[in-house]
Amino acid sequence: MSQLLGIPPQALFGQLLLGLINGSFYALLSLGLAVIFGMLNVVNMAHGALYMVGAFVAWLLLTYAGVGYWGALILAPLVVGLVGLALERTLLRRLYKVDHLYGLLLTFGLALIFEGAFRHHYGVSGQPYPIPDLLKGGTNLGFMYLPTYRGWVVAASLLVCLGTWFAIERTKLGAYLRAATENPTLVQAFGINVPVMVSLTYGFGVALAGLAGVLAAPIYQVSPMMGSNLIIVVFAVVVIGGMGSILGAIVTGLGLGLLEGLTKVFYPEASNIVVFVIMAVVLMVKPAGLFGRER
Amino acid sequence: MSLQTRDTLHEGLALRGGSPKVLLTGALLLLAVLAPYALYPVFLMKVLCFALFACAFNLLIGFAGLLSFGHAAFFGGAAYVAAHAVKEWGWTPEAGLLAATAAAGAMGLVFGLLAIRRQGIYFAMITLALSQMIFFLALQLPFTHGEDGIQAVPRGHLFGLFDLSRPLTMYYVVLAIFLGGFALIWRTVHSPFGQVLKAIRENEPRAVSLGYRTDRYKLLAFVLSAALAGLAGGTKALVFQLASLTDVTWQMSGEVVLMTLLGGMGTLLGPVVGAALVVTLESYLASTSLPVPVVIGAIFVVCVLLFRRGIVGELLHRLPGKGKR
Repeated sequence: MSQLLGIPPQALFGQLLLGLINGSFYALLSLGLAVIFGMLNVVNMAHGALYMVGAFVAWLLLTYAGVGYWGALILAPLVVGLVGLALERTLLRRLYKVDHLYGLLLTFGLALIFEGAFRHHYGVSGQPYPIPDLLKGGTNLGFMYLPTYRGWVVAASLLVCLGTWFAIERTKLGAYLRAATENPTLVQAFGINVPVMVSLTYGFGVALAGLAGVLAAPIYQVSPMMGSNLIIVVFAVVVIGGMGSILGAIVTGLGLGLLEGLTKVFYPEASNIVVFVIMAVVLMVKPAGLFGRER
Repeated sequence: MSLQTRDTLHEGLALRGGSPKVLLTGALLLLAVLAPYALYPVFLMKVLCFALFACAFNLLIGFAGLLSFGHAAFFGGAAYVAAHAVKEWGWTPEAGLLAATAAAGAMGLVFGLLAIRRQGIYFAMITLALSQMIFFLALQLPFTHGEDGIQAVPRGHLFGLFDLSRPLTMYYVVLAIFLGGFALIWRTVHSPFGQVLKAIRENEPRAVSLGYRTDRYKLLAFVLSAALAGLAGGTKALVFQLASLTDVTWQMSGEVVLMTLLGGMGTLLGPVVGAALVVTLESYLASTSLPVPVVIGAIFVVCVLLFRRGIVGELLHRLPGKGKR
């Protein structure tokens, strides 16, 4: 069987893999957004920009400090997380008492500053980032060729997503976090330092974005605007999945990535907008989102 | 700078009642009529187009409490419609503008129907995502000519009488369009309909409990705002004889949010002031080496942290007697 629905299987599986990779990024980013939103009630518009910062930190580390991919995989999320901590401590914190929309507007301003500054310094063209030696090459699976790095990206993001899910749903710290999401005053009364937890949550959420940035660097190039359109798709993913559940964010992210890949095979013109169309349909059928519980 | 004096006059206008108000309105109109003799008309027209755009946006955020992050879709989408109708179909400018307004209103109806199903932050995200869809459509559909946009749009003759290729004629037409749009918004805000919108902004469950079908009010406000944003976009396409991708990007949606925030959400004249300031700032920055998005972003951050009432809102707040709006 050399044809599947009139499409050569190599093309079909190739696009599906690409979709799965996009889906991994959607999952990582929407997971971070969901965690931040749950705790801070802030839609982090700067998430895409911080994803870009993560990729740039990796590139800068390689270019100026000679730190390779594996070092960057640890250091870049750390740097982005610290940036996030600083932002939360100095700026976001002042807005918890006013309408949540101001948090959105503030982070939008921050996104403009980050993207504008990097574009001013490095221009719009992308900087190539090499695949680490260990992950070069690929394997022939019989029905398709799997580049090792791409397999690694999917596996690593899945692992991180599931780890996050486990930490939030199954550990003591996660239980505090969930409790503080429900009722911060009461949790504070039990002697848990909620403000610190809020800061750490924001730091962790954006560190996930930074990690996604490092993972993305060798696949897409490192460019200042790499996060700006991606983040809107992630917003649509979040609307579709509903911000209620962690697992929901992961499943929706991966599923929509795959669907986008499929669309690229069968009707490429629509691949850019398929996620938004699905969002419209979901809003008509189930306004709270597929996994949402709030109204 | 003459813009500054105009702004202070605006403030005064908003505050005093009675005959000084009439006097000031007159003085203001006179200034607007004389302005093109002192300043570059295309610049003034740009200010007026963005002012109308921001006023339309403010109708939603300021008076109904709905933050749309996708208004560029109406502004830029309508610009494409106007440009295409006038250039490819040979329509007259008034028909082109009407088509642009209607198209934006129809888009607003679809967006609104979807977005009002969710509230607050979700509303913003949905409008943002839908407008991004319009951006991708504008990028791919053949009639928009992708990256090039629709260029060399003829301005034509309004009603077959006024030659719009003359800058002054064009300016007065744009001024009339702006004043018409502004008057409509003023009328809407001061109508019973506008009062219900304010009630929804302040406390939606309570408005529901009083028997108002808030979804319908929100939808109508959304359509009205989209249509007026479309009118502004169509006018801009005629002024610059160009409809391009810039006007449908989400950065444009952010820009109109900034104009309104800077001038003062929920004040009638705030968006006008904000639009004038942002357009002036951008044309000034264009000649320097400072990166525009960074400056715009910084203003955003400062406004949100320190200055949430905006310029006009802050002035209204400081003046005695009308402490609260």
